[in-house]
Amino acid sequence: MSTHTGVDERLAPTSTVRKLLGRPELGSVVGAVAVFVFFSIAAPSFLQASSLSTILYSASTIGIMAAPVALLMIGGEFDLSAGVMVTTSALVSSMFSYQMTANVWVGVLVSLLVTLAIGFFNGFMLTRTKLPSFIITLGTFLMLTGLNLGFTKLISGTVSTKTIADMEGFSSARALFASQWTVGSVTLKITILWWLILVAVATWILLRTRAGNWIFAVGGGADAARATGVPVVKTRIGLYMGVALCAWISGQHILFSYDVVQSGEGVGNEFLYIIAAVIGGCLMTGGYGSAIGSAVGAFIFGMTSNGIVYAQWNPDWFKFFLGAMLLLATLLNAWVRKRAEARA
Amino acid sequence: MARVRTGVRVVGAVLAAVLGASLAGCSSTGGKRAEERAKAEAQGRPAVSTPRWTFAMVTHAGDGDTFWDIVQKGAKEAAAKDNINFVYAHDDQAQQQAQFVQNAIDQKVDGIIVSLAKPEALKDVVAKAVKAGIPVVTVNSGSAQSAAYGALTHIGQDEQIAGEAVGTELSKRGKKKAVCVLHEQGNVGHEQRCAGAKKTFSGTMENLYVEGTNMPSVQAAVQAKLQADPSIDAILTLGAPFAPTAVKAKDAAGSKAEVDTFDLNESVARDLASGALGFAVDQQPYLQGYEAVDLLWLYRYNANVLGGGRPVLTGPQIVTAAEAAKLEEFIKRGSR
Repeated sequence: MSTHTGVDERLAPTSTVRKLLGRPELGSVVGAVAVFVFFSIAAPSFLQASSLSTILYSASTIGIMAAPVALLMIGGEFDLSAGVMVTTSALVSSMFSYQMTANVWVGVLVSLLVTLAIGFFNGFMLTRTKLPSFIITLGTFLMLTGLNLGFTKLISGTVSTKTIADMEGFSSARALFASQWTVGSVTLKITILWWLILVAVATWILLRTRAGNWIFAVGGGADAARATGVPVVKTRIGLYMGVALCAWISGQHILFSYDVVQSGEGVGNEFLYIIAAVIGGCLMTGGYGSAIGSAVGAFIFGMTSNGIVYAQWNPDWFKFFLGAMLLLATLLNAWVRKRAEARA
Repeated sequence: MARVRTGVRVVGAVLAAVLGASLAGCSSTGGKRAEERAKAEAQGRPAVSTPRWTFAMVTHAGDGDTFWDIVQKGAKEAAAKDNINFVYAHDDQAQQQAQFVQNAIDQKVDGIIVSLAKPEALKDVVAKAVKAGIPVVTVNSGSAQSAAYGALTHIGQDEQIAGEAVGTELSKRGKKKAVCVLHEQGNVGHEQRCAGAKKTFSGTMENLYVEGTNMPSVQAAVQAKLQADPSIDAILTLGAPFAPTAVKAKDAAGSKAEVDTFDLNESVARDLASGALGFAVDQQPYLQGYEAVDLLWLYRYNANVLGGGRPVLTGPQIVTAAEAAKLEEFIKRGSR
């Protein structure tokens, strides 16, 4: 495609098109358009405003977690405890408020500290033991699953928490974490706003700050990064605490929108976050990816999971579609990246 | 080239052999053919001339759940009869289940059937459906919340009452020490069953939590429990697939305990008839699905509401060796 103008092409300014082709999320954007068009044709109720707001909400619940998980994966690590951590955060918040008969906000803040501590634990164990993050966070995942069930049963006497809707501070906390605006037939939930803000912040960190360079460097090769003076330990712990922070936001959303939390939930969701990040162009090996991509990945997930329902297909096939989409998206990403590298 | 040709020949020979064997070796009992015969007997054609309404059913079933498969079957057969376009969705996570109900509202369906295993999570979205003028019937779990949330009727089994029936039956059989095997940590209905059984049982009963998604570990856990306490003389499982596993565990541990279970399936019916199981408590899942669809149809067609504001119960029904033989063919068909 290169044009022969007689100028050394290394000196030619890179065109906007070429810049776009080099973005990690390009493949996922193509995929998102394809999925959107597909379901617009296959499902008559897919294009209604109310359906699209449902899809956006569904995408935001995954996307809020997919953004920090994408950053973590660019930093070259995994977090398998992210799914149950969301439930843990909601449980801690609810049970602390209830048992202490405290203002709901106290529980919310305690939950923030506890969740951040879990994130710190993940990062600290990883940097201290030098074990792969897969093993460390698998351990955390299992421990949290057990703690969620065990503690809830021990404290509440049942498998779900008690209602805190009649306590002080509930309505203001609900306004922050689970409010919604209805415009005509469309209901927009606040998680969509949280999601957009988080993706914007994550993108800013990645592309405009020193910490962003550190994340790419650590994911590209920890030893080389250390040699050039990158604070590897601090970066990794920070990344895990970022995941914990977002798990706290998600957890509070679940608590304040449903008021009661089931102790056994959240298992398996960690893979959805990873899938969203990978569809969005993150590499499993680290050092490459984007936060915007994770948002596109989450949007694809939202379209698929709801589109299958709108198309009135049998949901037994949902997991099959998810797997096929993951493969296709990853292949597309790899192909686009190869093309981009060949041109650069 | 020659090698390719031999390859083709070998494949051809194998195919011929398989075909020949399958034609020559027909089974005169069971199999696909018997299933198709049974299906043909219950062929679904609309029996009414009402418009083609769409009803959506959203449950808290996990993937590949036997019990919910039967509920779905009942619903589908009622839908065929009532000229209904039936849509089904399920997820064991409350958030996703609420999402599916929202999807149904978005699609402006003519009726919604929902199971309230996690009532609070579905409260808002059910209210939304009612506000949108969509009739809602709750099914299987949530009898306490159904009316308050604005549903027409609840159809299902009261888990507490079902548990109490089991406790009474165990006492009648002279059992002294029972163990209640919960295969799903975090399930409120399961807790209620065990609590109900404990309440009316004259002996002592304790709970044992096992990992229901992993059969070998269920067997190991029950086995370990029986080895640790040889005085246990009754094991109660809360789902049909776990009864044969408990029987295996019992045999391996050399225990004399009687295994009893909630719900039915083919192997439970067989084990009841052969005496390997004591009794089963059926809540007639087929009826839950069938009636839910039919009640919505009745409401749309004739504004009929069943139950007088109270839950309509489909169980518990105690099934012993005597009844098992009668039910076996229905169970085989997948409708009991």
